[in-house]
Amino acid sequence: MDAPAIIDVLSPLVSGTAYEAARSVDFATIYVPPDRLIATCAALRDTPALGFNVLAEMTAADYFPRDPRFEVVYHLLSVPHRIRLRLKVRATEKVAVPTVQGIWPAAGWLEREIWDMFGIVFDGHPDLRRLLMPEDWEGHPQRKDYPVQIRKAVQTYEALEVSEEEFKANLERDRVKRTMH
Amino acid sequence: MAELRTETMTVNMGPQHPSTHGVLRLVLELDGEVVQSASPTIGYLHTGIEKTAEQKKWQQVIPLVERMDYLGAQSNSLAYALCVEKLLGLEMPQRVRDIRVLIAELQRLGSHLIWLGTHSLELGAVSMLFYALRERELLLNINELLAGFRFFPSYIRIGGLREDLPRGFHEAVNAFLDRFPRKLDDYEGLLTKNDIFLRRTEGVGVVSQEDALAWGLVGPIARAAGSDYDVRKYFPYTGYDTYDFDVPTATEGDVFARYRVRMREMRESVKICRQAIERIAPSGTWACDDTRVVPPPKDKVYTEMEALIQHFLIYSQGFTVPAGDAYVPVEGPRGEHGTYVVSDGANRPWRVKMRAPSLMAIQALPTLVQGGLIADVVAVIGSSDVVMGDCDR
Amino acid sequence: MVNPDTHDHGLDPELPILTTTVERIVQWARRSAIWPLQFGLACCAIEMMAMAASRYDIARFGAEVFRGSPRQSDLMIVAGRLSRKMAPAMRRVYDQMPEPKWVISMGACASVGGVFDNYAVVQGVDQVVPVDVYVPGCPPRPESLIYGIVQLQQKIARSRA
Repeated sequence: MDAPAIIDVLSPLVSGTAYEAARSVDFATIYVPPDRLIATCAALRDTPALGFNVLAEMTAADYFPRDPRFEVVYHLLSVPHRIRLRLKVRATEKVAVPTVQGIWPAAGWLEREIWDMFGIVFDGHPDLRRLLMPEDWEGHPQRKDYPVQIRKAVQTYEALEVSEEEFKANLERDRVKRTMH
Repeated sequence: MAELRTETMTVNMGPQHPSTHGVLRLVLELDGEVVQSASPTIGYLHTGIEKTAEQKKWQQVIPLVERMDYLGAQSNSLAYALCVEKLLGLEMPQRVRDIRVLIAELQRLGSHLIWLGTHSLELGAVSMLFYALRERELLLNINELLAGFRFFPSYIRIGGLREDLPRGFHEAVNAFLDRFPRKLDDYEGLLTKNDIFLRRTEGVGVVSQEDALAWGLVGPIARAAGSDYDVRKYFPYTGYDTYDFDVPTATEGDVFARYRVRMREMRESVKICRQAIERIAPSGTWACDDTRVVPPPKDKVYTEMEALIQHFLIYSQGFTVPAGDAYVPVEGPRGEHGTYVVSDGANRPWRVKMRAPSLMAIQALPTLVQGGLIADVVAVIGSSDVVMGDCDR
Repeated sequence: MVNPDTHDHGLDPELPILTTTVERIVQWARRSAIWPLQFGLACCAIEMMAMAASRYDIARFGAEVFRGSPRQSDLMIVAGRLSRKMAPAMRRVYDQMPEPKWVISMGACASVGGVFDNYAVVQGVDQVVPVDVYVPGCPPRPESLIYGIVQLQQKIARSRA
């Protein structure tokens, strides 16, 4: 099925949406506005004629000087009908994109990775923290204005994860437990 | 009598661990031996391959991309090369397609052998590792014939292959294919009816077909749960639709089912390799005709002006790819492996993203190990066949 | 009886006595049974496994078992690219190894960062741990790594106990 055919099936199901078919060399590509994303994905998964039950991949691309800067790209796969589809959502740093984790659980870590690498916030994601970089890293590495090579000293000692008071309290509690027997 | 206070114990299977197939950190909450929850942390092998690839020319990305999933190296470069060729609009001659099929299947055999060796090692069958690595040495000899390099031959390039097949290639491949099925029978004899192996793998890490597909685990894991999705059959590439092979499936969805599926996949790969090696002539074309992308032969470069200019242009500034984006999936040893490439018309990629089947497998790991024993965690990680280079890129 | 004219460096064929220094014996013992720690990070780990397998058997050089725990090993072969997130963990593992300990940096990524000159990879593990032998290659052939281990054995023979 090509993009206009899919749009024809989707438009009655998700009302009031301006889908845009994009030119592509491999399979159908549709631009979706962010506020209609969840309804569109639910329709794509649940409609028997479409049946996109697998989120094969989700990624983002940074087109830096252009505004809106990012494009979040979803690659969907329908195993029963053997079709693939690409959804694209235009995003910026300021505006959040709704999460599709409720529709395909596979999106959980993929969205975390996009947040880590690009800084795009996903609205409604239960656990949006860094996935690939260390937790206290600053910056979003795969943006176009982030350098490829950086000169930074290697941090070899991780910060203690308890505060001084907690550490002393733990010691005291262990000591008390041991002397009770 | 005082009330016994129970609490769960938190244990860290840290990044350095013999059984985690690389650097994966699992924080397990245990109630005795039973796992209540597991939370994985990845990123200990993050290499920034995708960002580095944006600085290299199109052809220079191939060695980078090979080192991502280092066991299925040439499936990675095949996926990337197919994607860029789709953007360029190139069609490969039949001989190139057959050689690529052969290389992809030999790579699948190599990766499954390492899976077999390490999975059995972790479950206790130590000698399987030595047998599997012994077979893999023969495959690495074949790689060495192709490019002089055991691991990452970079033989598959955009536009075809690097050069023609060497002398002795057919003999080496046929010798391997004649020897291997008997060895597979030996290995199955060691493991498939072994009581200890069965008790450690049956009923462990069960996943249903809908869950596997919802978590994106398309590959041997979904095929062991009943799905028959295989990229080679559903969306054929490089001429796979002209080959005769089956896609093995199972229905139980546990570790033992995945073992059986992968063993049968190895036999199917041998079948495909035999068909491929018969079709490939010992010498012939190794690349397509497009002179923008494929460097001309060296004797022409030294004698003809046009070839010299072409050679210079390709190696100094590289070729440009028309603007657009494409995603091409390939059936790697771990499942659907795809490359999403965005080009803006320059001589280097704008964005390269590799789909990582191991990332999905580790994301689904907490649901697979919940309620099982610690020993089952090791079995499940082994059966998911995760490669951390693939997961972290 | 020892004949002073034909002094065989302290070896008398009739008396079963060997003379040497304690230091040489200790260093001989240490270098003949170096047990590596499994610290395979990436692709080089597979070549390290191939080195331990039957074709390029490392057991004949004394490295019989690859220990899982750092507290029971002498040698850390850093096989693969070290990312910034892994560096603290690696330092902790190195600190847990008892003396005497040695480090072999296997491969281009561990030695200098390899093909990956970017934000995520530490450009050489010698920024984190002191390295004794560097083995180049991407990945090095198992024979190269065995050569590296033999060089390390010679280094141990030369050094003070």
